[in-house]
Amino acid sequence: MSATHKHPALTPLGGPLVTPVTVTLAILAATAFVILGIRFVFGIGSVTNVNDGYTWGIWVVYDVMVGSAFACGGYTMALLVYIFNKGEYHPMVRPALLASLFGYTLAGASVIFDLGRYWNTWHIFWPGYAQVNSVMFEVAVCITAYIIVMWIEFSPAFLEKFGLKDIKKKLSKVLFLIIALGVLLPSMHQSSLGSLLVVYGYQIHPLWQTLMLPVLYLMTAVLMGFAIVIFEACLSSSGFRRPLELHLLTKLSRLMTGLLAVYLVVRLGDLAVRGALGFMFEPGVEGLMFWVEMGLFAAPLVLLANPASRLNPARLFISAFCLLLAGFLLRINSYLVGYETGAGWHYFPSVPEIMVSVGMIALEILGYIVLVRYLPILPREEKI
Amino acid sequence: MKRRDFLKGALAGGALLASGSPAQARPNKTMPPEAVGLLYDSTLCIGCKACVAACKEANGMPPEFSTAEQYWDTPLDISGKTLNVIKMYKAGSGEIKDSEKNGYAFMKVSCLHCVDPSCVSACPVSAMTKDPVNGIVSYDKGACIGCRYCVAACPFGVPRFQYDRPFPQITKCQLCVHRMKEGKYAACAEVCPTGSTLFGKVSDLHAEAKRRLALKPGEDTEFPRGNLNTHDQSSFPAKAAKYLPQIYGDKEVGGTQMLKLSAVPFEKLGMPTLPERSYAATSETMQHTLYGGLVLPLVFLGGLTYIAKRNVKDDDENE
Ligand code: SF4
Ligand code: SF4
Ligand code: SF4
Repeated sequence: MSATHKHPALTPLGGPLVTPVTVTLAILAATAFVILGIRFVFGIGSVTNVNDGYTWGIWVVYDVMVGSAFACGGYTMALLVYIFNKGEYHPMVRPALLASLFGYTLAGASVIFDLGRYWNTWHIFWPGYAQVNSVMFEVAVCITAYIIVMWIEFSPAFLEKFGLKDIKKKLSKVLFLIIALGVLLPSMHQSSLGSLLVVYGYQIHPLWQTLMLPVLYLMTAVLMGFAIVIFEACLSSSGFRRPLELHLLTKLSRLMTGLLAVYLVVRLGDLAVRGALGFMFEPGVEGLMFWVEMGLFAAPLVLLANPASRLNPARLFISAFCLLLAGFLLRINSYLVGYETGAGWHYFPSVPEIMVSVGMIALEILGYIVLVRYLPILPREEKI
Repeated sequence: MKRRDFLKGALAGGALLASGSPAQARPNKTMPPEAVGLLYDSTLCIGCKACVAACKEANGMPPEFSTAEQYWDTPLDISGKTLNVIKMYKAGSGEIKDSEKNGYAFMKVSCLHCVDPSCVSACPVSAMTKDPVNGIVSYDKGACIGCRYCVAACPFGVPRFQYDRPFPQITKCQLCVHRMKEGKYAACAEVCPTGSTLFGKVSDLHAEAKRRLALKPGEDTEFPRGNLNTHDQSSFPAKAAKYLPQIYGDKEVGGTQMLKLSAVPFEKLGMPTLPERSYAATSETMQHTLYGGLVLPLVFLGGLTYIAKRNVKDDDENE
């Protein structure tokens, strides 16, 4: 991030902050906070449908598991630019990082809403309480560290804004270390979000219970990182009326489909090795959802099979969307659909529960809009 | 070139951890030396639920209602208000005790005090702990963050959470460990009229279970009641049932300190068929392979730092 250099300069977009879109987003976010107020007074059960059979609802599985994976754009772009030295994607790093920063910070914050005894949260980081064999411990520490690292990684944008050139210069000297951490930490916790399920044992359906879970979760997090960058580029180019960086997205989609093909081989290979392939043909909601999940993973391969189709923004957009949905379903399927702890338990999120998750997404988009208008995030373009 | 080599190395590392070489595998934990627990004999249980009431009283838990007239405590399952229930199995006409067909049978539902508990392995803040001497798995609300990973992880669905409270806790049977300080033992075993729930050292409970399995069905025998080690109560004379040749909890997920006998298949009574390897051992082996001594993460970080430094420099030179 130190180097804007030969790349087009980053600049604030400017423009109005109060628009119908931002107001709607603000109302949705405010609604979420009202519901959370009720939760803190009357308990988690007063606004959600979670129960002892499905103790983790969408506030964990969507907000944290899926939300943080959706926020992997910054991770994937940093991996490409700084580790695989694909400098041409440099202009995409900062917008991706901003989205990640918001996604992760909100995922981290929304954990607190779901913690029954949130006032003890600091115990995770306290020697004597911290229990290092727990996968949850690893996830919590790693996500927290990554959020801090991202804020540091992103701070040049603020420092530029406030003209603190000296600090910025000092920071750029150690930036490589921050960048390395910014790649290591998500690799650790995104895989661990899958590892969390291993201790559940037989309670997770064999289509999803495997020691390869960390690998599957990590690969799909990187894939979702690709997808979200393409998805956001398409949306923000239409939303802010900016030209689409199509040549970059086309190249990006080639890398994405390559990794996707590897993923599908690993996924099916794992099922074959465990002798679990047959489960996908068993009637029932698990088998059905497995097919939907796999169909969505396979769709981009079909949609983008032809190199010419990668030049088509609509196809790129739809492919990215399918992949995001596929990653979403892998997580929902393994944590909720494929989870059964005994007969008689049911879970479907309540309306207030969904409104909180929606409110968090709204807050995230709102923050993104405000910041790109206010801070140098997006490359300078000729105004149309 | 070097970078490629590193990445190859990293991939090899990835493959290694995916396979989890057996040399590093963490074995199941073993039974603590002075392990205490319960023996529940489904064939002796008459479903009187004296243990459910005694458990409520001993642990100061509130009543729970499942009928229209809220006269007395009628829990249907363990919950944030109930640590112990007796569930009933019924099939067909439901007339014959301990018969899978046209019969009925009972099952006690409470914490099994696993030898290698998933809840302890899962808890990020050491709020679930297993006593190294008596093996009791207890809960410390002062440490707990309420994440409910234990609720989801327990293979028996034992820990429960109070969803209706602003300051909730996890609830689970702690084998009446608070009573032991007063020289007492598990309240459920103390009040059981037939000795169906029996307290004692796990090794002695195990021997007693084996004795029962060796009896001929219909043979007259004496069943100890209360505390097997102190013989504080007189024994209960009855005929031996037609036991299944299995001590549930002997092998399941590495063993539990609550042992169970039954004449009806355990699966039918809500007790899952489980492997001998504990899920805690599987999960921790995976974690230790990946993060043991932080070796892999540090190697990874070293490589990433080296590469990132070079690439950021390239970037600067382009200036
Ligand atoms: S039965 Fe469940 S709660 Fe009890 S010790 Fe075993 S894992 Fe923990
Ligand atoms: S809910 Fe409490 S006891 Fe259970 S795993 Fe979380 S912190 Fe530990
Ligand atoms: S040992 Fe105590 S807490 Fe556990 S079920 Fe029996 S009475 Fe209840």
